[in-house]
Amino acid sequence: MSQQEIEVILARHLAEYLAMPIFIVNPDGDLIFYNEPAEAILGSRYNETGMMPASEWSTVFHPMDHEGNPIPPQELPLVIALTQHCPAHKIFWIRGLDGTMREIEVTAFPLIGQAERFLGGIAIFWEITK
Amino acid sequence: MKVTFWGTRGSLASPSPETVRYGGNTSCVSVEGSEGTLIVLDAGTGLRNLGQSLRADLKRVHILLTHLHMDHIQGLPFFAPLRRPGVEVHLWGPASTTMSLNARLQKYLSPPLFPVSVRELSADLHFHELPAQLIEIGEFSINAQLIIHPNPTIGYRIQCADTALTYMPDHEPALGERTFPREKEWTSGYALAEGADLLIHDAQFTEEEYQNRVGFGHSSIRQAFQFAELTRVKHFAPFHYDPTHTDDELDFVFAETMAELQPSYGVTPSREGLSLEVVC
Repeated sequence: MSQQEIEVILARHLAEYLAMPIFIVNPDGDLIFYNEPAEAILGSRYNETGMMPASEWSTVFHPMDHEGNPIPPQELPLVIALTQHCPAHKIFWIRGLDGTMREIEVTAFPLIGQAERFLGGIAIFWEITK
Repeated sequence: MKVTFWGTRGSLASPSPETVRYGGNTSCVSVEGSEGTLIVLDAGTGLRNLGQSLRADLKRVHILLTHLHMDHIQGLPFFAPLRRPGVEVHLWGPASTTMSLNARLQKYLSPPLFPVSVRELSADLHFHELPAQLIEIGEFSINAQLIIHPNPTIGYRIQCADTALTYMPDHEPALGERTFPREKEWTSGYALAEGADLLIHDAQFTEEEYQNRVGFGHSSIRQAFQFAELTRVKHFAPFHYDPTHTDDELDFVFAETMAELQPSYGVTPSREGLSLEVVC
């Protein structure tokens, strides 16, 4: 397996030290890391899920709107960040891998490295507790 | 390729009777190919002595800068070929999102920091920004990638046929790691160093010093040995010594580290004036 880009390595280091849930994907959209706070919301440890293609992570958590309608992958903030290379934000519901429904607020942005290298995307999310 | 060390010290030139064996000049290494191509790795104060040693009829030289910290560029205006009309000098270094390499070097090479500006140098100067795709220079293929060090910093893998030299004088692959080393995929510099015939790598701190200097962008000597083991290099040359480390202290730490880690590769601590032949 080849080495990750340096900006991605540093992003993972930062994520490992932050208390905010963070989800990192590579330029192809493959999930390559999420941190411990994200594990609590997604309902599974990263060591258990491992790398996951976009087609899987964009549906496996069953994202849905406030009426319970499924949200298509192309409307998810991280997919927008990846495909349109711009930041995106959305509030929606997911069902964690532990079966628990949670309302989350997500901000995603593309990761652009030195020399305009597109390196993937990062999503930061918060669980909304009322 | 013939690899010669002209400056092995990090951070600040430190000439003294106590640093005379490993040397007091800052980072500079020359690499000469079998077809005569000359590559210079970094332009620390060791560059002056290299410039004095070169033939007067030198036509072309490539200087590969890892980054623009002062200890890696301070020798530049004292490099004799830069004052010779007709000599082609190619300067390679990290790109910035805001300023050209030339403009950033001019911050140092202009008054009041230095009396001579870049445009007053007689040589035929060419600037190249990195990282780029594979670079071809004479008989060498060079891979330049960003590595962990404050401000964009590049590590180099210089390949000649099946032989590879990796140069990472300022590198902190252990940054952010609770245990080091861990997975290769997530280790800065791994791809550049993997299986290299010779690794020249940052060995700035003792273990005790590193604990108070996390994030400074350097490795402990022990971490450098561990990185060499992880990347399965054939030979390792510790480099970029802290200016406070005396020859005797370096001897002691190298002996202690090798006794503890029992490296599976050869080890030759870099020292000023040392030449190593890496067979292509």
